[in-house]
Amino acid sequence: MTRITYVEPDGRPVTLDLKPGQSLMRAAMDAGLEGIEAQCGGNCACATCHCYVQPEWLDKLKPPSDDEQFMLSNVAAERRPNSRLSCQLIAEDALEGLTVQFPDRQS
Amino acid sequence: MDSHSRVVIVGGGQAGIQIAESLRQEGFTGVLTLLGDEPHPPYQRPPLSKKWLIEGGAVGALSLRGSAAIERLRITLRPDTRVRAIERVRNVVELADGSVLPYDRLAIATGSLPRTLPVPGASLSGVLSLRGIADSLAIGQAIRICADEKRPVVVVGGGFIGLEVAAAARKLGAQVTVLEGLPRLMSRVTAPVVSETFARLHRAHGVQLVFGAQVAEIVGREGRVSAVRTADGQEYPAGCVVVGIGVEPDDLLARSAGLLCERGVVVDDCARTSEATIVAAGDCTARRLPNGELVRLESVQNAIEQGKSGAAALMGRERPFANAPWFWSDQYDVKLQMVGLSRGYDQVVTRGDLAKPAYSAFYYRAGRLLAVDSMNRVPDHMQSKRLLDHGVWPTPEQAADPQFELTSLLKVPPATTPAATPGGAATAGGA
Repeated sequence: MTRITYVEPDGRPVTLDLKPGQSLMRAAMDAGLEGIEAQCGGNCACATCHCYVQPEWLDKLKPPSDDEQFMLSNVAAERRPNSRLSCQLIAEDALEGLTVQFPDRQS
Repeated sequence: MDSHSRVVIVGGGQAGIQIAESLRQEGFTGVLTLLGDEPHPPYQRPPLSKKWLIEGGAVGALSLRGSAAIERLRITLRPDTRVRAIERVRNVVELADGSVLPYDRLAIATGSLPRTLPVPGASLSGVLSLRGIADSLAIGQAIRICADEKRPVVVVGGGFIGLEVAAAARKLGAQVTVLEGLPRLMSRVTAPVVSETFARLHRAHGVQLVFGAQVAEIVGREGRVSAVRTADGQEYPAGCVVVGIGVEPDDLLARSAGLLCERGVVVDDCARTSEATIVAAGDCTARRLPNGELVRLESVQNAIEQGKSGAAALMGRERPFANAPWFWSDQYDVKLQMVGLSRGYDQVVTRGDLAKPAYSAFYYRAGRLLAVDSMNRVPDHMQSKRLLDHGVWPTPEQAADPQFELTSLLKVPPATTPAATPGGAATAGGA
């Protein structure tokens, strides 16, 4: 299990235990978090599972693929250097304790 | 609406769960019941003709919201529950078991049903169509058997579903024949150049494409399909037949209840039906545009956006859905992403490499951008989506010039951009 904290757009933190290999998007959808839409269901095709990763964690994540980079350049909310798509972030031991924040809008 | 109010949502798919979730986000504190006619909690349908059809896997992997979410949102989910009638006079829905469920507000999200072939033999065993999880499992199993027994899979219909199933069947090692009635693939929604790209792609993967094929009969032996016969007398041997010739909105309950329906439950931009206490969302709707035309969209985005609109409307608020429609399709290694509605275009220009393929087709009417189809061109798609939503667009010459930066158009100060959205509410079209 990997413990991940999500911060909802209103600032409320929610901590979830993720199974290894589960995407951060999948777990957030299963838990019914409000700050995520994930319209395409994890195909890296819609950019509605956008999140901001705590900057100190950026180095520990696999860098975004070209497709994710392109999707990120067109997210609905502000794109920041720590923007990622949560469907492309996969739970593993190294991410224990990661915090991500959802933006105020996804579409 | 207060904490004693009751909302019933008929239909447990993408639109239904969205209405439920958005109602809570809009502050609804009353009793929320979601009725689904399948045994599963709300799930994603797009993978049923794509990755999930090829790879299979747990049903849970398709789920849209987990049981924790359903519980947290205080949704009473009733799967396997068929609705027999909506009684507007008594404000109740009548269930198949004869019981009644009272409501104060109602949402209809009954989706769509696959069209059936009106020919002899259409109900033979081995003739399949795709709507739900059970259908996808049956199609996957039939394709695998065909692959083992070296019998061809015949797909009737060269649209999105037919072509995705064809691609999946090739991946699973079956021979595939696609019978399309018109002269080209996906002809309702794409330009000839895009149709040609996909015809080349499917042929390169070994699919036999037959155009102008009018299916006359499905031939069977001992109750099981053995071939498809076309009007010109040709017979195509078949181990199974997958019919993908489009869907019809499932508006029967709404129509029987006296709601205004015209090939779909007629709704406005805010998902309101002809009855003040009832909203509708998703595939079952036909949306009335400001110019009076009706538009039907069968897409995840439409289900989600209309679901949000419908929830807001039930709470007495207006939240119109005006963004440009978008869709996607996966076939082999080509990701097709479409934004806007191309119907009525008079000019198409392409941007990128047609041979690979890695290009986009830009559709114009009278110099105004209507829609963009992108094949393995994610940046074009995302940028075009923003352009259409902002009501700005490149000239055809700019679009065709790969050096031209589409995003440069978004740096124009908002005050100088036109107000209307070309691919959105101002455009008519059916998908």
